[in-house]
Amino acid sequence: MTTAVFFGCTFIAFGPAAALFLFTIARDPLRVIFLIAGAFFWLVSLLLSSLVWFIAVQASNKESASQQKGLLVFGVVLSVLLQEVFRFAYYKLLKKANQGLLALSQEDTMPISVRQLAYVSGLGFGFMSGSFSVVNILADSLGPGTVGIHGDSQHYFISSAFMTMAIILLHMFWGVVFFEACEKQKWLSVAVVVGSHLFVSCMTFLNPQYEGSLIPAYLVTLLMGGWAFFCAGGSLRNLKLCLTCKDKDFLLANHRSR
Amino acid sequence: MGPQAASLVLLTLFFACNGVNSSSVQQKIYVELKNTFPCVRLLNATHQIGCQSSISGDTGILHVLETESDLNWVLSSGPNPPYLVLMDAQYFNRSTMMRFRDSMRVAGVVLVIPKSSPPQGFSPHNSCPNQGTGVYSKNYGPELADCNTTVWNPLGDGLSYEDFNFPIFSLHEDNDTDIIRKCYQDHNVGVNNSAPQYPLCAMQLFSHMHAVKDTVTCMRRTDIQSRFSISPEIVCDALTDYNVWASIRPLNNTAKGHLNGEKLVVAATRLDSRSFFWDEAPGAESGVAGFVTLLATVQALRAVTETAPTPNNILFVFFQGEAFDYIGSSRMVYDMKNGKFVIDLDNIHSLIEIGQVALRRDSKLWLHSDPVSRKNSSIESEVKKLVSNMQHAGAGLRFSLDEPGVTQPLPPSSFQRFLREGVIPGVVLADHQSAFNNRYYESLYDNAEYLNVTYPPNLSPEEQLEFVTNTAKDVAEVATLVARSLYIQAGGEKANLPSINADPKMVTQMLYGFLVQPNNSWFRALVAPDVVQKLGPRPLQYYIGVHDKSDPIKTSTRIIQYILANFTGTVTNLSQSQCQHPENLPGESKDLYSYLWVQGPVAPNSTQGEGYCIRAPVRLSRAVSPAFELQDYGSKDYSTWAESRWKRINARIFLVASRDLEMLTLGVGVGVLLVSLLVTYFINAKADVLFSSSREPSSTAY
Repeated sequence: MTTAVFFGCTFIAFGPAAALFLFTIARDPLRVIFLIAGAFFWLVSLLLSSLVWFIAVQASNKESASQQKGLLVFGVVLSVLLQEVFRFAYYKLLKKANQGLLALSQEDTMPISVRQLAYVSGLGFGFMSGSFSVVNILADSLGPGTVGIHGDSQHYFISSAFMTMAIILLHMFWGVVFFEACEKQKWLSVAVVVGSHLFVSCMTFLNPQYEGSLIPAYLVTLLMGGWAFFCAGGSLRNLKLCLTCKDKDFLLANHRSR
Repeated sequence: MGPQAASLVLLTLFFACNGVNSSSVQQKIYVELKNTFPCVRLLNATHQIGCQSSISGDTGILHVLETESDLNWVLSSGPNPPYLVLMDAQYFNRSTMMRFRDSMRVAGVVLVIPKSSPPQGFSPHNSCPNQGTGVYSKNYGPELADCNTTVWNPLGDGLSYEDFNFPIFSLHEDNDTDIIRKCYQDHNVGVNNSAPQYPLCAMQLFSHMHAVKDTVTCMRRTDIQSRFSISPEIVCDALTDYNVWASIRPLNNTAKGHLNGEKLVVAATRLDSRSFFWDEAPGAESGVAGFVTLLATVQALRAVTETAPTPNNILFVFFQGEAFDYIGSSRMVYDMKNGKFVIDLDNIHSLIEIGQVALRRDSKLWLHSDPVSRKNSSIESEVKKLVSNMQHAGAGLRFSLDEPGVTQPLPPSSFQRFLREGVIPGVVLADHQSAFNNRYYESLYDNAEYLNVTYPPNLSPEEQLEFVTNTAKDVAEVATLVARSLYIQAGGEKANLPSINADPKMVTQMLYGFLVQPNNSWFRALVAPDVVQKLGPRPLQYYIGVHDKSDPIKTSTRIIQYILANFTGTVTNLSQSQCQHPENLPGESKDLYSYLWVQGPVAPNSTQGEGYCIRAPVRLSRAVSPAFELQDYGSKDYSTWAESRWKRINARIFLVASRDLEMLTLGVGVGVLLVSLLVTYFINAKADVLFSSSREPSSTAY
């Protein structure tokens, strides 16, 4: 539409991710490295799934619309499954790397915990996934026109931006839950993560009825956010303490000598 | 090496897959309009004319101009300026366009070309064409200069010679205009006369021109670029193409300058035309009628000059670029004066020029001559003899031939450039006594329909080619007149005159090919194989254009060259390679003739003709203004017209959202960013507390 819409949608889509990166990741070079590696793993999973989809499209009947739609659904499902496979692969790689890092480092403690790794890798996946979702839409939003001349909804740009924000946060929460579940061998949790990813991706087939895809996506985000909070060590008590500003007493009381 | 190679293959495949057409999001937003004709910028020694858009296109809310209240809406009362006006032909006149130019609220104009021409006439050209470059000036016939006695083009409002700072495009009525009108009806028409609601339909026009100010400036910049830059950006190009000339008896092309003992009769006409828009110039009455008449004349003279040749040679010249201050004729006269042409000005016995001849009124044709040169008694007697020869030649034809009877200058014609260099007896044949009969001079409505070159609806294209229209019969008569006059002027016997007749069948085929459909079987058989591909579905346009390395000679010029070769030449039995290099063959002379390979008639069951070589005394001579040869770009004597270069010309429509919605989006975005920054800071600061319940004892600080 114009520069205003471009910046607005960029801030909506990448605002939380940028804030998280700025405050929690940017200061620690190790976290930055793991973030980028995570992004790369997501990229490889996308490459593989798009290769399969491309070959399938070339082999298919280009005229038949229903076949193309079927291929699209197949492509989305395959992509989700591959992303989760690569998340697992990254987990395995990080476990191996951690042992190596421990051997190399001067201190006898792990420089970065698995929980932090889970968070960083999830955020990496989220960054890359969000970029691929929204960057070409943002580029087109710079021009003077808005979607609608063929009858599409006018809210295309802003819906895409909100969806991207949800996806980025979701990837972060899924990362935390997934790694926690893999550590504790809770395969049901892994299945729930994969299932919710499939659910959110398949809800986007309801577009252009944006309510149909955005509302479930945000509901799932809230749910996963809560679950990730508990997996990461939070509890309602801590939350209440924080919010009512009684945390300083808590810290003093719980202060243990290191 | 294996996995690396595999990943490389995968990556290249990935990037190869990305090289597809425009993104699907763009297709949701924009509808590109094809088949648009822009108005471009032309420059001369002192001015720039035409239109210009800004470098990133001009966007405006679409408004269709149908009534006077629409005009007020655009200029003062509409709430969403700037507007992009879509207008029909009735508003495309000087007063409306000047009001648009002075207003800040107009982003561009799109003209929808109607199927029928405006009945009151329309001419965007000047009322006094080629005013400063003719022969009349304060030193030569000052009372006749500047159209003081006769205004040749009274309907001309000079719109083509104004400078607009917004883009102006034209569209034909087709699918694209339907889409535009639908978009306008759906979004831009307010309910019950109230202001329409967003989102509104808008259009964006791109026609950024690189050249500014005048030819002197743009050629200077081009020179600097060519000299100092590694990849020079050429800013403008001179208008250039080729004149076509032929003679009854061949002239040695290598012997330039004065030809001893020869006096030639010259028959001249013009090839080109123009209109307000770029490369749109059907030029029926102003150009095509004239050169078709001359081509028919050539064909009519062929038989008699073989059996009873004339003592003097006859030279036929077709000048290109006459609409732009006589580019072709000024160049040929310059070449003649400087001994660079096969003859010079002293070799010219007399000159007959064919002006606009297809719109006769009351079956009258007129012979215009120059009163100032006729003050000389020998010129006066020559001209009188010429006029009486022509009237003798015209006896028995269905029109009467007269001189205008008042002291009147020559109409704008190539003959004026010859008179600038010396006195030559000559006349200009025209269908108008004083002002032009042509009500659409140099505009897009000067087309086949205006000349009544129309065909009954149920004819196939081949039948249309053969159908002899009344216009063709009239034009053939004029050609007969000119042919007989040339024969007498060149010294031929008057007894042979009744055998000189132009063939209406040829004339109608030429009119059909040049005005309606160039891709017909007759043209295809006459021209070279590479020209056949250029015979597009669209009628030929006669704007001179600029030199293009991939297409150095205009298609219309080449067709005329080949038709002239067919009418004056002989078929030889040389092969194609011999045709290209006939120098060493006995009996063939590249100095006297040109050798052209033509496709030939195509048999019904094949796609290619057999092809044969024609030897004809037809030549092309370069038509670029002497000002560019002399590098005197500010010249007042010669044409200095140049066309600007551009990178991108297109038009598209789309919807725009209201400014409020855009600002709201920006506000929401900034809000989300700030909130997330705050929340993250808060969580990060309190991370110890929040995530403390199962803290590993040896974990380090966050």
